Amino acid sequence: MARRAQPISASPGVGAALFVAALILGTLAAVALRAEAGRGLGASDWAALRFTLTQALLSAVFSVLLAVPVARALARRRFPGRSLLIALLGAPFILPVIVAILGLIAVFGRAGWISQALGFLGFEPLQIYGLHGVVLAHVFFNLPLATRLILQGWQETPAEHFRLAAQINAGAISMWRLLEAPMLRQVLPGTFAVVFAICLSSFAVALTLGGGPRATTIELAIYQAFRFDFDLGRAALLSAVQLLLTGAAGYLALKAARHDGPGAGLDRVLQRWDGQNTSARLFDLFWLLAAASFLLLPLAALLVSGLPGLPLLQASVWWAAMTSLLVAACSTVILLCLALPMSAAVALGRRGGVETAGILGLAASPLVIGTGLFILIYPIADPFALALPVTALVNAIMALPFALRILVPRASEVIAGYGRLGLSLNMIGWPFWRQVFLPRLRAQIGFAAGLGAALSMGDLGVITLFADPEVATLPLQIYRLMGAYQMQAASGAAVLLLLLSMGAFWILDRGGRWHAED
Amino acid sequence: MKYSVFAAALLGASAAYADTPELTVYTYDSFVSDWGPGPAVEKAFEAQCGCDLKLVGAGDGAALLARIKLEGARSDADVVLGLDTNLTAAAKETGLFAEHGVSADYSLPVAWEDATFAPYDWGYFAFVHNADAAAPADFKALAASDKKIVIQDPRSSTPGLGLLLWVKAAYGDEATAIWEALSDNVVTVTKGWSEAYGMFLEGEADMVLSYTTSPAYHLIAEEDASKAAAAFDEGHYMQVEVAGILAGSDQPELAKSFMAFMVSEEFQSIIPTTNWMYPAVTPAAGLPEGFETLVTPAKSLLLSADEAAAVRDAALSEWLDALSQ
Repeated sequence: MARRAQPISASPGVGAALFVAALILGTLAAVALRAEAGRGLGASDWAALRFTLTQALLSAVFSVLLAVPVARALARRRFPGRSLLIALLGAPFILPVIVAILGLIAVFGRAGWISQALGFLGFEPLQIYGLHGVVLAHVFFNLPLATRLILQGWQETPAEHFRLAAQINAGAISMWRLLEAPMLRQVLPGTFAVVFAICLSSFAVALTLGGGPRATTIELAIYQAFRFDFDLGRAALLSAVQLLLTGAAGYLALKAARHDGPGAGLDRVLQRWDGQNTSARLFDLFWLLAAASFLLLPLAALLVSGLPGLPLLQASVWWAAMTSLLVAACSTVILLCLALPMSAAVALGRRGGVETAGILGLAASPLVIGTGLFILIYPIADPFALALPVTALVNAIMALPFALRILVPRASEVIAGYGRLGLSLNMIGWPFWRQVFLPRLRAQIGFAAGLGAALSMGDLGVITLFADPEVATLPLQIYRLMGAYQMQAASGAAVLLLLLSMGAFWILDRGGRWHAED
Repeated sequence: MKYSVFAAALLGASAAYADTPELTVYTYDSFVSDWGPGPAVEKAFEAQCGCDLKLVGAGDGAALLARIKLEGARSDADVVLGLDTNLTAAAKETGLFAEHGVSADYSLPVAWEDATFAPYDWGYFAFVHNADAAAPADFKALAASDKKIVIQDPRSSTPGLGLLLWVKAAYGDEATAIWEALSDNVVTVTKGWSEAYGMFLEGEADMVLSYTTSPAYHLIAEEDASKAAAAFDEGHYMQVEVAGILAGSDQPELAKSFMAFMVSEEFQSIIPTTNWMYPAVTPAAGLPEGFETLVTPAKSLLLSADEAAAVRDAALSEWLDALSQ
């Protein structure tokens, strides 16, 4: 594609992408170089690879397919509490794994709410453990994210399109063909790639809900190589396989996506005329209720078990909460500093490399990144002194793929719609950033920052490798509480974490959409 | 240690701080947590050593060993506390440890003759259940029953590895058959102890792999007598937790006095109600009230460090094969 003159440059974004790629590949190389001769991949590793791919594929397909009707219902219905519901739907995604597992089991487990209800009716308890349990858990985690990403596709369709569609009296089928299908073709592949990549590096969820070692994933094999065999070479090799798979999936998905956006609109207030008949209303109601109960029941279970624990929390838990807030704030700033230039670079046509670098953050095993950074930092500084900056940086890299999915579609539209106008007004460089690019991406920046902050808050990431007894983050403190039999206090701390993450997400996301469409 | 001083300078600590000798002890996370022995141990040792005891948590026992291997001879650590006998062979192989020079009148059920690692506490692995439910008397009875159990993965968890070696020590070549018979009792396998214990408390399984001392926590700290550990006729596998001095320590004398402190009355009486294990040397005042209610296995099983290292790979693949079907 010939590059025409543009009001902003792609080089900062390309630089950010190079930095991310260097960090991920550099840590991997550090681990590999530190390795003594180890053994290569064995039969059990290939079995792990097959299981990993199967569960990731199924989880991504179900998460994305189920998210389409939910997002459509949210896009065309307005009801009291809608924005609260949208915010709450984000909660599963940001919970620490151990907490989410206990929440899921409280509802779907052998002694869970559903099994108890089935017991009253004389049925056998629910059998959650197995491949279906893994997929169920991954859909629980990722359906909300997929829904938000797809919903954003609907929200970015200019209001004028719906007005035009109403004027030509477009029915459900025409609406689908003219507006919804093209939008989904643009949004779904990227969403699929992100969910697939997340599920690819799943470990504790897959093992616990998969019911045992037949549910061994690559990430667990990395863990085994690292701590059972101390075979760093094999850990690095497995991690490279995981990176390759994610990179390939991401590349294929992005290639499959359409890149012509819906075009710029005049930012009118959205009004929908379609989907007003009874069957469409019932259809949407069904999907909203189904999604809300599936996602909110486990959260309710966590609240029920955790609220009595809140008053038990000791000062150390509150300090950990402050630390987590600080880490999340730094992480969010780093995230935006990387993601904004990268999204602009993608919008300017530097697609493949920059986007792929962005998605690698998902595939990188936290254990390998952490170990690699440890090996790199150890000779020059005290890793403990750097625990918090390193955690903030790694959390930002891990949230980067999500931020790019959120920012890139809108960034492409802004460059396509306003680039020439900017050039003709001689609005080049920073003035274009400040007066056009950033303001028009405000909602997306808020969403991405909210998600980044919440993810950073809930992520254990690399802190365990660098942890210093005095500076625990809240998720680490939850693990410590559980390890000391303090289950009640741990569930209280989990509620605190949930409230803080949701609060950070809510504030940033609302901040971005302030004065904008509800 | 120069790095910590560098860090302290960075953080603006006073220069006087650097004059006090500092002893760095790497241990596992739950040792240093507010609810573990860490805070009390630090206070007691600092009162007598005129030094600054820095306890550093690094995951669990296996992560601790990986950490020491990564840092190698340049490690800041003077003492490593929290390995168990399933890890000591690999730890010794690194050549990073020196002799501890500690002697004590241990109350372990087995004789202790390791010159590199000294024990500070020990316990028996056991399946914990609700006291009002009948418990099977051995692995075979458990496998024949319809009791559901949650266990930990030996690849990611210390108790998980302990169970693997327990079955191996009790049944040898029969271990595969035992695991195959147990496979329909296993609800699921978790990454670590916390997940498994949490699931058990939620009622997800009848029994969970933990320690014979777990009911003591519920009894003493929560005044709840509803949990019990099942006594198995085959005997119970032991976990002996040990500490060792790093050969590269720049505070060898201080490290030795810490090791001596570790087997002393003061340290040992902190252990039972903070680490919820048996002290390696029973304090003069005896064990805390409540410990007498715990089951005492008729037989103690423990593979030596070398045996454990020799059988664990084969035992792991038996376990994987039996539970993957």
